[in-house]
Amino acid sequence: MERWSPYIVGLGIGVLSCVAFIVSDKPIGCSTAFARTSGMLERLVRGRKVNDKPYYRQFAPVIDWEWMLVAGIVVGAFLSAVLSGTFAVQWLPALWRSSAGDSYTVRWLAALAGGVVMGFGARWAGGCTSGHGISGTLQLAVSGWLAVLSFFAGGIATAMLIYKVIL
Amino acid sequence: MLNSIRLHKGVQLIIGLLIGIVFGFLLQKGGVTQYDVIMGQLLLVDFTVVKVMLTAVVTGMIGVHVLRVAGFASLHPKPGSLGSTAVGGLIFGVGFGLLGYCPGTVAGAAGQGSLDALFGGIVGIVIGAGLFAAVYPRLSETILKKGAFGEMTLPELMRVKPGAAVAVAAAALIALLVVIEKSGI
Repeated sequence: MERWSPYIVGLGIGVLSCVAFIVSDKPIGCSTAFARTSGMLERLVRGRKVNDKPYYRQFAPVIDWEWMLVAGIVVGAFLSAVLSGTFAVQWLPALWRSSAGDSYTVRWLAALAGGVVMGFGARWAGGCTSGHGISGTLQLAVSGWLAVLSFFAGGIATAMLIYKVIL
Repeated sequence: MLNSIRLHKGVQLIIGLLIGIVFGFLLQKGGVTQYDVIMGQLLLVDFTVVKVMLTAVVTGMIGVHVLRVAGFASLHPKPGSLGSTAVGGLIFGVGFGLLGYCPGTVAGAAGQGSLDALFGGIVGIVIGAGLFAAVYPRLSETILKKGAFGEMTLPELMRVKPGAAVAVAAAALIALLVVIEKSGI
């Protein structure tokens, strides 16, 4: 089946979170993997002194459990798409094309800019939709609930601005 | 036995990869690796993302708290502050609305063949995280500390037992899911 019920998928992710707590003693998260990647790339250019930056002393630029998890997401989504026969190279999302037109350069630049802001904000907030939005909230962490409300407040406002005002 | 697995670095890397594969598989099957579905949520016309997240939270919340009482899991709530969590969260949200994926689903979108996620989103998030690392020393003792509340949980904040908080939160979230489902969004 191409799409599963969101409730089945949510149940699966909830069980998967429990498995991660049992076998790895870690909550599922994604955004530190991007910070570590950034540090590893910077180290290629600037050498070992990058390891001494205050941020990378906390989040060492190495391949760790969470980095492998993000790599696994790419593989898992690829397998899912191939198995349901929906894998396809998509130059532009349909919704974007219907409002913003056919230029994929414009979309990729918008995505790049969005990614820069998101990566910056995720590390500012100390987590993303997975680490705060799912793992933090399910632990009933105050930080998780505050973060997810802020993510959606900012996200809804920006999406409305783009699709209702600008485009 | 459990501890030797948790402390074995090589095994943990493989477990991380396997958990990621299942996570990515589920995200793709749920449709939440699609830009249109995520933007549909932010434009409040398609509640798939909220349905997936709330169901995951209810399931995981009950599961993890039962496991904790049984001695198989420990909680690791992240520390937070208004200056870090709320301000950073709003910045994240602006990126969320512009990109249309989040750091987990952007990886899944790349896996299903979405080129805007691969060439735009992933590259952007890596750059943004690197920029944050560069300015971190100037923020760490100032805004990030404003209104700090530490690793607090909601039961601690409200001075109730964790079990009672889980029961109330689970009931409230399930009720919210029922309302969303009944309203047909």
